Amino acid sequence: MGTAIRTVYTIWLREWLRFLRERSRIIGMIGQPLLYFLIVGQGISAAMAFRAAPPGVNLSYLQFMYPGILAMSVLFTSIFSGISIIWDREFGFLKEVLVAPVPRWAIALGKALGASTVALCQATILLALAPLAQVHLTLPLVGKLLAVLFLISLAITFMGVAIASRMETMEGFQMIMNFLVMPLYFLSGAMFPLANVPAWMSALMHFDPLTYGVDALRHLIFADAHPQVLAFLVHFPFITDLLVLTGMVLVLGGMGSWFFSRQV
Amino acid sequence: MASVIEVENLVKDYGKVRAVDGVSFQVEEGEIFGFLGPNGAGKSTTIKILCTLLKPTGGKARIAGHDVEKEPDRVRRQIGIVFQDNSLDDRLTAAENLYLHGLLYGLPRKVINRRIEEMLEMVDLAAWKKEVVRNFSGGMRRRLEIARGLMHSPQVLFLDEPTVGLDPQTRAAIWDYIHRLRREEKITVFMTTHYMEEAENCDRIAIIDFGRIKALDTPERLKQQLGGDVITLVPADGADLGPVLTELYGLEVKPTGEGLCFRVKDGASFIPRLAAELGERIKSIHLRRPTLDDVFLSLTGRAIREEKASAAERLRYSPHRHRH
Ligand SMILES: Nc1ncnc2c1ncn2[C@@H]1O[C@H](COP(=O)(O)OP(=O)(O)O)[C@@H](O)[C@H]1O
Ligand SMILES: [Mg+2]
Repeated sequence: MGTAIRTVYTIWLREWLRFLRERSRIIGMIGQPLLYFLIVGQGISAAMAFRAAPPGVNLSYLQFMYPGILAMSVLFTSIFSGISIIWDREFGFLKEVLVAPVPRWAIALGKALGASTVALCQATILLALAPLAQVHLTLPLVGKLLAVLFLISLAITFMGVAIASRMETMEGFQMIMNFLVMPLYFLSGAMFPLANVPAWMSALMHFDPLTYGVDALRHLIFADAHPQVLAFLVHFPFITDLLVLTGMVLVLGGMGSWFFSRQV
Repeated sequence: MASVIEVENLVKDYGKVRAVDGVSFQVEEGEIFGFLGPNGAGKSTTIKILCTLLKPTGGKARIAGHDVEKEPDRVRRQIGIVFQDNSLDDRLTAAENLYLHGLLYGLPRKVINRRIEEMLEMVDLAAWKKEVVRNFSGGMRRRLEIARGLMHSPQVLFLDEPTVGLDPQTRAAIWDYIHRLRREEKITVFMTTHYMEEAENCDRIAIIDFGRIKALDTPERLKQQLGGDVITLVPADGADLGPVLTELYGLEVKPTGEGLCFRVKDGASFIPRLAAELGERIKSIHLRRPTLDDVFLSLTGRAIREEKASAAERLRYSPHRHRH
């Protein structure tokens, strides 16, 4: 067990050191959310009057989108970190880790924890920007939001690790980005309210970890909102969100570690 | 003396390609053992199996008494590896790369820090400790990889083409480290190379081609077994002297990039004979002692050196063979 913990820590440390070293990534991390805010806040919400909201519900599109922006930043950062295992394989570092006398599942777990740490840093910046979206946060609320974002990040990174472990080359990378990341995002309901969608879409929605993540984030952020507003925003009870999300972390974690252990 | 590496009838298939074809050998403690062979001979594949990165299709391999398939973690603890391709994290500093390695191998922090100093000192990189690896030259990377492979004081060090692509000076330096290691740490070294001159540094070498060991002995004895002298003859323009030489002297002549190559018992007395009898038809004659290159040539009918490989030889290898 000591070996496993040490391995998790080592791989986590590597992710963290790399993150600190990559200045462009840190700049991107601050810049990207600001960009979302500008586009969503000024562009989209001005262009389309938010018509989906039922009459009497006083909610700006930016407010509606805020949890979605949080989820989006975590989604991108996490899937990218997970898939980066392909880079490690291509450019060698993975071999160094795979010949070490350590359990491989611990490597996958360390990778996921490292990626989640980086994702949470980005999320923290977004949380600091909450006033721009007219969202009021308290310290305990920030803690709860980070906890949910952490679960989302773990689930998505493990998904990335699982996929990367099955991929032979880097060529599939663009495909994954197009056919996985964007659908994950749109299906989650982060962009538009998922009422009145076709049955097939609603079915797919239920398999998307982000659906429950976004739902949980909305529960937390709009906890004090009018019940009518809340009913419009969320689809599942908060506890269901948490349970399903945790379940998905465990299942994807198992899959990610398993595929990762069996590669090479 | 105990055998540190024992390999019995090792086989590895990649689909239909048999990369390693029934290889057996033993390496003694403290020995520098070399695998010499051209690209695609199966050297890296063998190393990967010994390092537990690949499962063999057949056969057995034991490192320090531990089976590579049944006790991979035991084996992993005993070995250090320098891969053919770079495996450093080039966003991290030299020290960070070594530090992570030490953590992975479960060294206490104090030991890690001491070993980092010692190892960087040994490979002359102490001044670059805090430098990001991305800024390192090929030679510096290699030295750092050797330092990293030795961090946890392994019993066996595997080096897969450790000097490929390096300038002669760096190559010589790397050989100095390897010899010193053997002297000071009694470490066993298993290395692969396709450079003849380098194989001369090994205590024993196995010549490998198409996944099979063709010969295994000390470099000296391999050359002795070949016997005699090697003469390279460049015919005067256009003349095809191969058949003539065979007919007159019963020689086995091989055309190489430099000229017609053959071996004779006593070269010094054969040259005047040649000059007298074939005089005008010869442009130049060159005499030398046999090298490992000649040993390889006589065993396989081909020259090993890449730079001398003719177009025909290049064609003989499928393109992907060249990459590994
Ligand atoms: N991953 C692989 N898949 C399929 N064939 C491979 C693979 N790796 C090596 N080979 C083939 O196995 C043979 C031996 O390769 P390798 O062990 O890399 O040779 P060397 O290291 O001596 O150059 C070559 O024909 C090579 O093309
Ligand atoms: Mg090779």
